Amino acid sequence: MQPVAEFFRWLADAHGINLTIFYDSVDRSRFLTGLFTTIWLSIVCIFLSILIGLTGALIQGAHSPIPRAAVRSFVQFFRNTPPLVQLAFFYFAVSALLPMVTDRHGVKVPLIDNVGWAIISFSLFAGAFNVEIFRSGIEAVPKSTIEAAEALGYTRVKAYLYIIMPLAFRVCLPALGNNLVNLVKTTTLAYAIGVPELLYAAAQIWSEVLNVREMMWVLLFTYIIIVAVLVFVMHRWERALRIPGYSA
Amino acid sequence: MTTTQPIVVIENVEKRFGALVVLKDVSLTVKRGETICIIGPSGSGKSTLLRCINALAPIDKGQITVDGIAVNDPALDKLALRRRVGVVFQQYNLFPHKTALQNIMMAPVQVLKEDKVEVEARARRLLAKVKLSEKADVYPGELSGGQQQRVAIARSLAMNPKVMLFDEVTAALDPETKKEVLHTIRELATEGMTCVLVTHEMGFAREVADHIYFTDGGVIVEHGPPAEFFARAKEERTRAFLEQVL
Repeated sequence: MQPVAEFFRWLADAHGINLTIFYDSVDRSRFLTGLFTTIWLSIVCIFLSILIGLTGALIQGAHSPIPRAAVRSFVQFFRNTPPLVQLAFFYFAVSALLPMVTDRHGVKVPLIDNVGWAIISFSLFAGAFNVEIFRSGIEAVPKSTIEAAEALGYTRVKAYLYIIMPLAFRVCLPALGNNLVNLVKTTTLAYAIGVPELLYAAAQIWSEVLNVREMMWVLLFTYIIIVAVLVFVMHRWERALRIPGYSA
Repeated sequence: MTTTQPIVVIENVEKRFGALVVLKDVSLTVKRGETICIIGPSGSGKSTLLRCINALAPIDKGQITVDGIAVNDPALDKLALRRRVGVVFQQYNLFPHKTALQNIMMAPVQVLKEDKVEVEARARRLLAKVKLSEKADVYPGELSGGQQQRVAIARSLAMNPKVMLFDEVTAALDPETKKEVLHTIRELATEGMTCVLVTHEMGFAREVADHIYFTDGGVIVEHGPPAEFFARAKEERTRAFLEQVL
């Protein structure tokens, strides 16, 4: 690490390109914390949003109209409002309705902290889109295939589990990939409620070191890399699930 | 005599889609081990009748019993019915994400919770029976139509049904592959499986059927043993239809 740090110190001195994250241990740990928070936030929200999407799509297939209407309004609510407004709404409006709790130091704190609200908010936001994505996948499974399952004695739930979902999932993977990329990018909004993710960390650094220009480059490249990794994983997944001789 | 016992009894069945009456006062009996063919012009209600037999389509009037199970009973045990009735569809409807062998194994393992090892042995025997042993690990998308249809037959047989329903199973196939599928069905019929076929294959119907039913406009116009039916149709409508297809 030493030669790398030396190089960036020289770059700052000689050319005014000040990338403190490579030679200053405080800034480096801020940046790494931000990076870790963003990745962690993304993974948790991806997981939860897929779970919400699958559950919502399953409920939309129900016979009773009430749960179907509930899912529809959930989707409408989260699709038709800006994610930043949703986040602020949860953090300021909903949080105020919840009781305060005492933490282990005896301090009164909100029941759910800012990281918690960011997770809830983004998972619901992306989950709402995932419901629609999974629903389109389910609708692409031919009725005749489902009928064949029925004729073999499959119940509705078993047909979902073993036949409809595996086929629907393959159909909607590209759309799901798009939405998950969007979700990762949306995590930057957590900056607004003080979650120490990448943008927040970068802002901390540039407000002290005044290297806004450099940190913008760093931010941009970091997100390109994070999203590239996600896209790579989604493509590998798509390829692994490809069925020989079958085009959805 | 087991051969004379009825296994499927259809009595005065009516089926409507909205205002449209697709089956009108249809009665029909299939005895154990018998093969019957239902023929008739498109839209005459043949396929709907098959779908009523295994409760894929509910009936509006009348009564259907399969091996003693009342199909139109609101408290119908669907699984019990569907274990007894195998269905093969025109479009094969294999599960595209599973191999031929897995397609055959799925329902016995996932629905009937049978032992996987036993089911696999049975599935391989069935694949051999439909002459597709070498295609065990191939996906449906890589099989020809006729091969897919034979896997579909094996898949139904894996549930050890007592009656097999065939819904225009060769309609989507070319003449070459048609033969393979008809050969499989003929074998089943000769082995004593109870078969109900909806078909446009008149030659095949004449050869394998014990009894032929002719439907038109939702009613059974005429029925009888094939020799008699094809040689001396009594009804004008039947004769007109036979003239067109023979």
